[in-house]
Amino acid sequence: MIERKTVRKLFWVWEFEKEERWLNLMAQSGWLLEKVGLCTYHFVACTPGEYTIRLEMHNHDDAYIGFMQETGAEYIGRMVQWIFFRKKTVDGEFDIFSDIDSKINHLDKIGKMLGGIGGVNLLLGLVNSMTPAHTGWINLLCATLLMYALGRIHGKKEALEEKRLLTE
Amino acid sequence: MNEHISLTESTYYILLSLVTPQHGYGIMQKTRQLSCDRVRLAAGTLYGALNALCEKGWIVPLPAAEESRKKEYRLTDKGMTILKNELKRLRQLLENGEAIIREEG
Repeated sequence: MIERKTVRKLFWVWEFEKEERWLNLMAQSGWLLEKVGLCTYHFVACTPGEYTIRLEMHNHDDAYIGFMQETGAEYIGRMVQWIFFRKKTVDGEFDIFSDIDSKINHLDKIGKMLGGIGGVNLLLGLVNSMTPAHTGWINLLCATLLMYALGRIHGKKEALEEKRLLTE
Repeated sequence: MNEHISLTESTYYILLSLVTPQHGYGIMQKTRQLSCDRVRLAAGTLYGALNALCEKGWIVPLPAAEESRKKEYRLTDKGMTILKNELKRLRQLLENGEAIIREEG
């Protein structure tokens, strides 16, 4: 019988690299990511080190998934705005981004998404604070968390931009 | 046309690979081969670059063949001009570097 297990785990949006490292550690210890759900990871037993896992924030785009598959990657699934891929290690190194510019672009995309939802929450928070129910604090709390996340992403982006100043 | 463009290494190798029509994976392999395994384009980077280059009109997608769902691209005349200008720029870089380092002995 094929062994399977499910792990529930929360990663904050600025921890996407940590999430990827954890998924690769799992793959190295014989647990391959097979399906994703909201904060839920489904694994299947595999030969340790058989696969490399990569994740990325990307909008719904079937053409992109097709393109990744053409290059030998397998599409695992989507968790909100994040998509997960895996590739057999025998098929060579697997990265999604190979230069600083595209890494900066990726962080930019994450930043825009956070800024957008954060802005909406700020607005809702202010409006809802004026209603008798006083539920605005929930939105304001969300907005604060989202702005913190935006700050963390911005920090990563600045580090890359500093590197980009002198090298590519 | 802007004379002062300098291409990134990824862009340079993508354009160079597309002098003959290629699909995505072909570009990745060609780039590796041309750079003696030094430059490895990752698929996400390549996908973003291909879209941006199509928008600029430096490359075009070819009409897809019936049996294949892989999209092929090729360099346009505009792309070729950009590539030739870049070559001129690179030649100057190389000559300046060599001349000064030779003087230094």
